[in-house]
Amino acid sequence: MKGILRGAVVIIVISAILLLINGKLNEGGGNANKNSITIYNWGEYIDTDLLKQFEKETGIKVTYETFDSNEGMMGKVEQGGTSYDITMPSEYMIEMMKEKDLLLPLDYSKIPNIKNIDPYFLDLPFDPGNEYSLPYFWGTVGIAYNSSLLEGQTFEEWDDLWNPTLTQQVILVDSARETIGMGLNSLGYSLNSTNMDELREATDKLKTLSPNIKAVIGDEVTQLMINGEAAISLTWSGQAADMMYENEDINYIVPEEGSNLWFDNMVIPRTSKNIEGAHAFINFMLDAEVAAQNADYVGYSTPNLAALDLMDPEVTEDERFYPDEETRSHLEVYRNLGLEMLGHYNELFLEFKMDMK
Amino acid sequence: MRHMGYRIMNNKPLRPLYTIPYTAWILLFVITPIALIIYYSFFDLAGHFTFDNYKNFFSSVYLKLTISSFWYAFLITLFTLLFAYPTAYFLTKTKHKQLWLLLIIIPSWINLLLKTYAFIGLFGLYGPINALLETVGIGNQQILFTDFSFVFVSVYIFIPFMILPIFNSLDKLNPALIDASRDLGANSWTTFRRVIWPLTLNGVKSGIQVVFIPALSLFMITRLIAGNKVITLGTAIEQQFLVTQNWGMGSTIAVFLILFMFIIMLITSSSDRGTTINGKIK
Repeated sequence: MKGILRGAVVIIVISAILLLINGKLNEGGGNANKNSITIYNWGEYIDTDLLKQFEKETGIKVTYETFDSNEGMMGKVEQGGTSYDITMPSEYMIEMMKEKDLLLPLDYSKIPNIKNIDPYFLDLPFDPGNEYSLPYFWGTVGIAYNSSLLEGQTFEEWDDLWNPTLTQQVILVDSARETIGMGLNSLGYSLNSTNMDELREATDKLKTLSPNIKAVIGDEVTQLMINGEAAISLTWSGQAADMMYENEDINYIVPEEGSNLWFDNMVIPRTSKNIEGAHAFINFMLDAEVAAQNADYVGYSTPNLAALDLMDPEVTEDERFYPDEETRSHLEVYRNLGLEMLGHYNELFLEFKMDMK
Repeated sequence: MRHMGYRIMNNKPLRPLYTIPYTAWILLFVITPIALIIYYSFFDLAGHFTFDNYKNFFSSVYLKLTISSFWYAFLITLFTLLFAYPTAYFLTKTKHKQLWLLLIIIPSWINLLLKTYAFIGLFGLYGPINALLETVGIGNQQILFTDFSFVFVSVYIFIPFMILPIFNSLDKLNPALIDASRDLGANSWTTFRRVIWPLTLNGVKSGIQVVFIPALSLFMITRLIAGNKVITLGTAIEQQFLVTQNWGMGSTIAVFLILFMFIIMLITSSSDRGTTINGKIK
C-alpha cells in the first residue's frame, strides 16, 4: 500500500513538472507580445536563416510552426487557440477562408516591396485586387519519372501513363483534387469540372489505370523515387525538384493536355495579435535578395521578378520549373468548388481507390 | 471477492465516493463522445437535420468498404491468433516465463509510426528482405504495397495484445486438469481440444476483441504499407473529417463502426458460462 502511494505521488509530481514545462513551451505559440510574431507555414518551406535575419533586422521575435495540409491549417486558425500572425494557404483555401471571414485585409502602404512581384501573379481570381494575400511560391502538378528504370521511356502527356508496359510502376498522390484532376485533364476536361458526367467519365478512366498503379501515397514518394524504388509519380513541381536534386536520372514534365497551376500565398489570419509585425514580415519576404535566397533553398518557383535576376539563370530558365506564359495558359488554377462538390470528388476518389485491385 | 462486495454494499456512506471516478469517466469519455457522434451523424454539410448520411452509407461505395474492412480485419485476427496461441503456450512452459513475455511486450512500447516506417525500409526493393530473397535465388519481389505486407505488419503490431490474454488464461490453467486428462487416457490432441482450449477460450475471446475491433479501423498502415490498395472504414472517416470536412458523414461511418464493434462484443462474450462448462460435462 505504501509503495503504491509513493508511486502515485511520484507520478503526480512528474506530471505536474511536465505540465509546467509544457505551459512554458506553449507560451511561444500563443504569444501576444507586441514584439513577436507567430508564423504558421508548410513543413520545409522556408530557409530558416532568413527568420534569424528578420529577427536581427526588425527586433521582432519569430515563433515558427508548421502544418501539412491546408485543411488542417484552417482548422487550427478557426479554433483560434494560437494567435498566428502569418500563414501560407493555397489559392482555393484562401477563397474558403475568405468565406469564413478568417482573413485580415493587407495594408499596402506597409508593403512597398509588392513592386518586386511579377504582375502576372497579382490580381488573380481567387483574391481580386490582392485584398488579403500576396504570392509566396507557385508551381505545377506533373509527372516525375526515372528514365533509367524505364528503358529510356519519356513522357509528354497524361495518356502515356496508361501504357500497358508500365504495370505496377505508377505512384499517385493521395489527394482527390490532384488525382481526379488528372483524370479530367487526360480527357480534355477542366480540372474544376462540376459536371457529373465528366466526373464519372474521369473516374472510370482512372479505374482503367489500376493495373499500372503501384501505390497511392503522400510525401513518402520523394524518398521512394530518390532510392529508385519507384519509377513514375504524379507530383508537385517542388517535390520533383527535391527528387531531381538527389537523383540525376529523374526528370519532370507538365503534360501538354493541361494540368494544375497553384499558388501558395502569405496571409494575415484574423487570429493575429501583431498586425504591424505581420506586415513587416511579408514585406521582408518580398525583398529581392531574401526571396532569391529562399527560392534557392526551397526549390519551388518564386513569383518575385526582382529575385529572378539574382538567381542562377540555369534554374530560372528551366522551362520545367519556370514555364513561359504560353505554357502557363494551358494550366488551370483550382477553384474552390464548395464543400458539397469536394465531398463528391472525394467519394469518387474513394471509389477509385477501392477499385485498384 | 463476494464478501468484500457485500461489505461495501452495506457501507452506504462510502459507496458514492467510490463511484465518482467511474461515473465521471463514463459520462465524460464514453457517453458524451458517443452521444456527440450520433448527434453529428444527423446533420449535412449545411447544418440541416437529415437522414441522408445513413442513406449514403448504404450506397455501394461504403458497403463495399465495410465488407473489405471486415475481410482484412478477419485475416489479421486469424493470423494473429494462429501465431499467438502456440507462442503463449510455449511461454507458459518456459522457466523464466515473465521475462520471455516481457521481451515480446517490449516492441509495443515503441511508437507505432516508427515501426511502420521501419517496415518501409525492410520491405523495400533494396531492403534486407529482398536481399535475402535474392541470395536464396527467388529474386527481387515487390513486397511493399501488397496485401501480404499489409497483413504482415498489422499482425506484427497486434501480436502482443493477443498473446497477453491467452498467456494469462493458460497460466491460470490448473496443470492437474491436464494430468487428469492424460491419466484418463486422452492423447495430446484430445487433451488440447477438450480441456486446454475450452478453458482458455475466454482469453482467446478477449484477444480477438482487442485485435479485431481496432483492425476494422486501421488507417495509417493502409497508406504507408499498403499504398492505399487496402482501404478500411478508418480511411474513410479520416478523409471525411480532415479533407471533406463533412463531420456528418464521418460521424455516420463512426456510428456504424460502433455498432459493428458492439455486435462483435456480443458474439465474443455470450455463451461464456452456459456452453463451455456444460458442454464439457456432457
